[in-house]
Amino acid sequence: MDANKNVKIHVSHLQKSFGKLEVLKDISYDVHEGEVVVIIGPSGSGKSTFLRCMNKLEEISGGEIVVDGHNLTDRHVDINKVRENVGMVFQHFNLFPHMNVMQNLMLAPVDLKKATKEKARERALQMLRKVGMEDKAEAYPDQLSGGQKQRVAIARALCMTPDIMLFDEPTSALDPEMVGEVLQVMKQLAADGMTMVIVTHEMGFAREVADRVLFMDGGYIVEQGTPQEVLLNPKEPRTIDFLNKVL
Amino acid sequence: MIQILSKYGQMLLFAMGQTLLLALWGLFFACILGMIFGLLSVVRNKVCNVIASIFVDVIRGVPMIVLAYFIFFGLPYAFKNFLGSKMTLTALQAGTAALALNCGAYMAEIIRAGIQSVDPGQMEAARSLGLPYWRAMVRVVLPQAIRTMIPSIINQFIITLKDTSILSVIGFPELVNTAKNVIAISFKSFEVWGIVAVMYLIVITILSKIAKRLERRLNRGRK
Repeated sequence: MDANKNVKIHVSHLQKSFGKLEVLKDISYDVHEGEVVVIIGPSGSGKSTFLRCMNKLEEISGGEIVVDGHNLTDRHVDINKVRENVGMVFQHFNLFPHMNVMQNLMLAPVDLKKATKEKARERALQMLRKVGMEDKAEAYPDQLSGGQKQRVAIARALCMTPDIMLFDEPTSALDPEMVGEVLQVMKQLAADGMTMVIVTHEMGFAREVADRVLFMDGGYIVEQGTPQEVLLNPKEPRTIDFLNKVL
Repeated sequence: MIQILSKYGQMLLFAMGQTLLLALWGLFFACILGMIFGLLSVVRNKVCNVIASIFVDVIRGVPMIVLAYFIFFGLPYAFKNFLGSKMTLTALQAGTAALALNCGAYMAEIIRAGIQSVDPGQMEAARSLGLPYWRAMVRVVLPQAIRTMIPSIINQFIITLKDTSILSVIGFPELVNTAKNVIAISFKSFEVWGIVAVMYLIVITILSKIAKRLERRLNRGRK
């Protein structure tokens, strides 16, 4: 790991419970600037919960997460300000169905007065071009395919000019033939130097794009390292077992 | 029949106007109450949720006629005998309050159900972009919730319009109350109740047609 790069997300002894169920037990990890971190693991291992803690969609039960110097467990930190710089992409896209694509993209920048209408529109068009959706600016979400929706969702997050992007199984709800177009956009983002944390089951993508791979199971990070180390030469029996099942 | 219409028609029409007036005031405040208690029941705050559910349960658990008597006769009595002060309510004020409380409780439930029918992912997506809770509610969740609420709200409006007839018991000169008076003078109960029924039917049919059109317009541009 390049030690002189800035730490963007610092996680130490993170713990998260839903009632009696302890989903995350003791997670410590640092995400550095420009890094692409891919989290893999069996379902129920806590990987999505871990990701959702990073922008406080889940309350943190213990430990701390510091994002861009803002401690999320500090009650004085304005979580909305932090979220403006942390984009998130969801498994089920979560586009706003009552707005067209352009309105989806412009809502947050204009509502939060990050940009004038003109500037926001300009930026939105630029982002749509980036994800190859500029001809669908006036379309409504239910006129789009799954892959197109997810690309719009990525563009929507990018309109806030975040410096961190979180992806929660972005291709899991897609038909197989649409997975490629979304991964392509994500690869482009990674190449542009975006700091990314991705929960995914796409092992090929992880091998190709990730700087670091985390394998989670039972609320812990069981193994971590480069894709080469974790995916091709896993040491922990649980990692080996998991990879045997999915590959 | 013609004779009754020409003789008492104007009275009955005026009474229909009073019915509509009462219904409009009732609905106006019911919408405000419904919005307040509907939102209180969805925010993530236990105290607010409990307050909202007590309101809904109490009002729904009391027949409106009892509510109307309680407000019109009970409250002024309480002010006079327990507090030693004077408070009088007109039949319109008491009737509006009874209607608004009754309809408001049902509206709160409609609004709660409407908001909860919106995929929680919508709120999460809006929040993840940095929108504060209430901005996300107003810009993203409510516009979607309102579409699903509209048929139930229209239904509730019609029920409330008909419920104004219950308020004849506190002496408000709406249609049923006036009809009773007309019968007392003319002894023509078959004709008068028939006319009153048709009057309700006409007004409610017109209202539901307007509502249907409104609903269609709101749903246009979607899908």
